[in-house]
Amino acid sequence: MTVTHDAPSSPAAAPKLTDLFQSGLDAPICLTWELTYACNLSCVHCLSSSGRRDPRELSTDECKAVIDTLERMQVFYVNIGGGEPTVRSDFWELVDYATAHHVGVKFSTNGVRLDAAAAERLAASDYVDVQISLDGATASVNDAVRGPGSYDTALRAMGNLRDAGFTGFKLSVVMTRHNIPQLDAFKAIADEYGAQLRITRLRPSGRGADSWDELHPLPEQQKQLYDWLVAHGEDVLTGDSFFHLSAFGGALPGLNMCGAGRVVCLIDPVGDVYACPFAIHSEFLAGNVRDAGGFESVWRESDLFQSLREPETGGACRSCGFYDSCRGGCMAAKFFTGLPMDGPDPECVQGHGSAALASVSGDVPKPSEDHSHRTSPRSGSGPVPVTIGRRRPPVHDCDESPLAGFTP
Amino acid sequence: MRPEPFGALLYHFGTRRLSFLKNQRVLEVVRSLDGHPSARAACSAAGVGEAELPAYARALSALAESNMISERSGQ
Repeated sequence: MTVTHDAPSSPAAAPKLTDLFQSGLDAPICLTWELTYACNLSCVHCLSSSGRRDPRELSTDECKAVIDTLERMQVFYVNIGGGEPTVRSDFWELVDYATAHHVGVKFSTNGVRLDAAAAERLAASDYVDVQISLDGATASVNDAVRGPGSYDTALRAMGNLRDAGFTGFKLSVVMTRHNIPQLDAFKAIADEYGAQLRITRLRPSGRGADSWDELHPLPEQQKQLYDWLVAHGEDVLTGDSFFHLSAFGGALPGLNMCGAGRVVCLIDPVGDVYACPFAIHSEFLAGNVRDAGGFESVWRESDLFQSLREPETGGACRSCGFYDSCRGGCMAAKFFTGLPMDGPDPECVQGHGSAALASVSGDVPKPSEDHSHRTSPRSGSGPVPVTIGRRRPPVHDCDESPLAGFTP
Repeated sequence: MRPEPFGALLYHFGTRRLSFLKNQRVLEVVRSLDGHPSARAACSAAGVGEAELPAYARALSALAESNMISERSGQ
């Protein structure tokens, strides 16, 4: 979630929020809703392996029905993403429908459709917030991950928002080993455009599974990142994504817990409901909004979500003195690196992750869905394998046409 | 304001801030504020004891600071 305002705590012995949330809420505080798998980019770390539209995508009417449900459940706002959500032709219609139904919208975009007119429209609404994705403070660092031209596209969109008078939109950065040295530069860009910086953790999910080894922060960078976050406090948003770093010492601002299935979840473009945006895998699939009972019963009754709300055992981490700070880290990061759910995070800052990774044997789970462009540029160079063959004649006429030789 | 088993969640669309009411009694106080002449009266009606009043006062002022509740106009 974007902002967690620590509560006016009521009387003495106020319980910790993490304890209140452990057993789940009646409805998510916010949820991520990926409207489409279609995307103009092919980012190497895309969590949802997006690229091509899925023909089973929810229709406009089905999306509106989901919004009606969210309104009834009093979900305060949705984080709309994709894919690139603005390429859906009904994107603005859905945004307007959500805000008219008391569901706030924050959407993530690479900026491709954020022209001056769109920026004006956004600046006029109190209920819509925008998050521009940028993964390098320079074009070379950004474009290596997000593709050629994507840096310019993002900055143009930010310029349009600034010119339209939209202040406080979010500049959203996924931290990699190549952009951690640019933290101050990102902050300067955000300040220059009147935006707020939001940084999040790289996950080995989607295509991120393939780029994880080259991109995830190096151990010494984790400390650098932690220190930077401590120094910047609540000025910089994190979507609560670095709670695994809390094991360095003091807790970072935010809830510092895994909210999967308890306070957050994901609805994907075809209506599948997953425990979190980083866990698009059948293992974390709770149901579909098209099922009888819709999203409401998936959230409240699915076996998966019920089990995620059970008290955690801590497993191998229980004996670690830092367990109360990091709670074992990120479920999705563990899953997609082949680690057990009740063990350490692969990036455990106390070093327990590397030991656990060394003992992973067998296949690491692969994402269940892949909507990547089939025409993505191949990485690396070398000969392109092709099949050259003669077209062989059919053995029978029937091989060519089922009606061959048929005379009525 | 959204009721939850532990109390309630409050979300302010203008500031995009989230606040929490961590028990049922503070929820009752906040809900009944409008019908009482003062915050103190709302607290007493909800059964908040003298000793607990300062804690409730802190909770309510935090809510006021984040614009979740505001002083009635004209008073």
